[in-house]
Amino acid sequence: MKKQLIELRVNGRRHELALEPSALLLDALRLDLQLTGSKRGCEDSSCGSCTVQVDGIPMLSCTILAASCEGQEITTIEGVSEHGSMAAIQKAYGDWGGAQCGFCTPGFIMTVKHLLAVNPEPTDNEIRSALSGNLCRCTGYNQMYQAIKAAIMAEQKGVESLSSPVR
Amino acid sequence: MVDAAGKTTGAGKYTDDLCVPGMLVGRILHSPYPHARIKSIDTSRAEKLEGVVAVAIGKDAPNTYGILPVGHDEHALALDKVRYVGDNVACVAAVDEATADRALELIEVEYEVLPAYFDPEESMRAETNLIHDNKPHNLEKDYHHVFGDPEKGFADADCVAEARFIAGEVTHAAMEPHSTLASFEIDSQTGKPGRLIVWSSTQVPYYLQHKLSLVLEMPMAQIRVIKPLVGGGFGGKSEVIPLEIIAAIAARKARAPVKITYTREEVFWAHRGRPRTLIDLKTGVRKDGSITAVKARVVQDGGAYCSYGVVTILYSGALLGALYDIPNIQYDGYRVLTNKPACGAMRGHGTVNVRFAFESQLDELAARINLDPAEIRRRNLLQPPCVTVNGLRVQSYGLPECIEKTVERSGWKDRKGKLGKGRGLGIACSHYVSGAANSIIRSDMPHSTVNIKIDRDGGVVVYTGASEIGQGSDTMTAQVAAETLGCSLGRIRIVAADTDLTPIDIGSYSSRVTFMAGNATLRAAAEVKKQIASAAARKMGCGADELVFRDDAVFRKSLAGESPATTQDGRVAQQLASVSGHVDGQILRGSLQQKRKDEGPKDSMSFEEAVVAAIDFHGTLTGTGSYAPPAEARGGRHKGGGVGPSPAYSYSAQVAEVSVDEETGEVTVHKVWAAHDCGRALNPVSVEGQIIGSVWMGMGQALTEEMVWKDGMLMNPGLLEYRSPSSIESPEVEPIIVESIDPEGPFGAKECSEGSLAATIPAIANAIYDAVGVRLHESPFTPERVLAALRAKKNAKPINLTEGIDPTDPSGFREHGGSLWFKGKGPERHALDPSRRTTPLEAGGDD
Repeated sequence: MKKQLIELRVNGRRHELALEPSALLLDALRLDLQLTGSKRGCEDSSCGSCTVQVDGIPMLSCTILAASCEGQEITTIEGVSEHGSMAAIQKAYGDWGGAQCGFCTPGFIMTVKHLLAVNPEPTDNEIRSALSGNLCRCTGYNQMYQAIKAAIMAEQKGVESLSSPVR
Repeated sequence: MVDAAGKTTGAGKYTDDLCVPGMLVGRILHSPYPHARIKSIDTSRAEKLEGVVAVAIGKDAPNTYGILPVGHDEHALALDKVRYVGDNVACVAAVDEATADRALELIEVEYEVLPAYFDPEESMRAETNLIHDNKPHNLEKDYHHVFGDPEKGFADADCVAEARFIAGEVTHAAMEPHSTLASFEIDSQTGKPGRLIVWSSTQVPYYLQHKLSLVLEMPMAQIRVIKPLVGGGFGGKSEVIPLEIIAAIAARKARAPVKITYTREEVFWAHRGRPRTLIDLKTGVRKDGSITAVKARVVQDGGAYCSYGVVTILYSGALLGALYDIPNIQYDGYRVLTNKPACGAMRGHGTVNVRFAFESQLDELAARINLDPAEIRRRNLLQPPCVTVNGLRVQSYGLPECIEKTVERSGWKDRKGKLGKGRGLGIACSHYVSGAANSIIRSDMPHSTVNIKIDRDGGVVVYTGASEIGQGSDTMTAQVAAETLGCSLGRIRIVAADTDLTPIDIGSYSSRVTFMAGNATLRAAAEVKKQIASAAARKMGCGADELVFRDDAVFRKSLAGESPATTQDGRVAQQLASVSGHVDGQILRGSLQQKRKDEGPKDSMSFEEAVVAAIDFHGTLTGTGSYAPPAEARGGRHKGGGVGPSPAYSYSAQVAEVSVDEETGEVTVHKVWAAHDCGRALNPVSVEGQIIGSVWMGMGQALTEEMVWKDGMLMNPGLLEYRSPSSIESPEVEPIIVESIDPEGPFGAKECSEGSLAATIPAIANAIYDAVGVRLHESPFTPERVLAALRAKKNAKPINLTEGIDPTDPSGFREHGGSLWFKGKGPERHALDPSRRTTPLEAGGDD
């Protein structure tokens, strides 16, 4: 198939890529942009390791066409670290054992970012059902719940400390 | 965790994330037949395709290999015969994946299909068409062990139970599919391809280096294996997987770097998981609950190659001992070859399925002699230190406390049997080795060696061959080094698992890393510490034994009780606040040393000052530590006695709470209380993570996970079809750490990553019995099996849920996973199979 020039906005930057119309978003990210944080764990939307946000909605980049994302804002795990530092959820995942081998972690974090954006104080059941589209083989998920709660607390404290005049 | 940032930010590199200039993509052609002779392979059409650089086949590297010295029965690419659906036949190296895929379809292979064996008991009766010509009756290996006097033991018993248990086949399904990148360096002297560099998702870089050397006929020194981040192993990467060698063969033939990454379906074919196991178990107990004898006959469906099979079948028998005090044991183990992907080592290697049978039967016996299931386990405890009847040395033994804690936390006494209809509690125990006391390749070499280097900047670099696969190996190493040297974790840099840089470590398997690499790190750090202490003592005008290393400083013992902030030396206290060890470059100029000299002896020195003093004094600051298990821990002298012994055993007790829907047979696990004796918990967050992960994986095997075969074809080669539990199906696990300080472990630590898994399956089985009164003898406990057991109990007619459904009938066909099949590269399917519609029907096929 002949390649076409496609414009993708990824993590706030514009990229022009020559891609086959059948190219998957995951391949465009990993092979053409070297954004290898999004992982390929399966090829059939089973595992969620390739989750990225398209206009803020978590999507499985292994089963969407790159060309269909033109004009949309794509955020990958590489776009989550702000100003070169870890976001609260990334720090919490590392500290609380939410990431063991770490292969599924980027996908989970993209899912959790969306959960916390739409529901800043989720209940246990809401967390469980939000994570159910992502698979992990190491953690048994339990420590992820702790990490998510720790991240929520850290975010809240962070906001408070910003509003207080002296630290 | 010291390596968390790379994982949570996406910056960390796994093998498939790597890219080198000129890199080609490798794709493998797999066998569509479970057992066939290869009559011819014609690669000419594939080679002519634009973009294809090389096509490798078996005769490009015909040497055999295998992870065990007794099991060298594999070819990287099949030479004359394929032995399972998915066996490796040829490899295409091309400019991109699409081209390689097209080329695979152009390779013409002529097969002569042979009769195949899928059931182990049938396979054992085979006379002709053997899977391997040198294995009569398709028997890989059998062992027959008798310890004590089992016949007398059964005669002494008041109550004897006997049953057959079956455990379904499960696989690791680590999230990262296997991946290998192989590249040859051009040699400056000869101008030809010289050294081979391999990046691979492996738990055992040194074994990989060894097997590459065997197959490629290159000296080990010419091969460098680098292990990048590994996305989970669970045993699936603890041996050399065909693609790791195929990538190197293809790179040699293509004269360019080649990367091969398995698809998820290929990962299922690569397998090496836990074999389907048939266990005929007989146990006798006295009225007081004490076990008099155990007799087990175990048959493992090992698949087409030896893999770790000989070790697996030995573990199944050996670890009947060392959990309880069993005076008489008879064990007959059979490892059988069948035409399916090879089974190998998986979390809880060899022990899990037998433990399911044993703990279920113990529960049944407790009910028959009217004893509480927790109590019967207490009545059979070992009295350590001791050596079991089959030669296993037990020194630290936290099982009593594990049982105590789970019983207490779960409210066992008040709640057992009182949870109402369809809900129940079950208890079970398990144990596991902290590393095998005897390595696979018999030698006297240390199992782990660690080097430490400290330079004038005060940074500590630890070189370890231990492989971080997500279990926390690097973090453990950094912690042990920091603790020994009394310095902050921020000073420690880990260089791990690179055969050019790090000393030999036999790998991350059999839960050996904390115990063995930990001990080696401890010894290396102690050696460096001794050098620092002798130099610091000279500067401080005291004996080296008077010094204490703590909080990034060296103190005289008299001051050690006080906190550093209260020492007179304000500068030291100030420095402690910053981890960076910032000293304004004075150390390199030597002026700091001069200043200290002028000031005369002090009661304390900062870590950097002490390090600089030591380097000035000794010339260099390095230390090496190694660990080999002591001779006393290496087990009995009987044939096969080398498998099972370990320097220390971990212990686990678990209570599971489940409910069973009697209408549908569905089992829900509500909570598991899991106590695990891991010696000293070096990193409690990691230990809890390992316990929870083990319990969770055990629950998967107990309820949903199973590899389903039809005529040698895997029916569920996808993560959803394999039914790895999601967060919705996963219960709360309450980990309880029990610390029996082991006399030989590093700071008293033992294993924590595998032992808990085995207890979960029987704990759930026993809870199902408590809930609805049926004892399940076959795992996983699917709704069909539970319902069948419930109906059998009521003498009702069994329901055949699949009655009248023909799996080859397209009208009733349900697609499952594995996109490969859509592309027509997978096993042959029924001619009318919807997935084949895109390709033209073969001559002689249906219209």
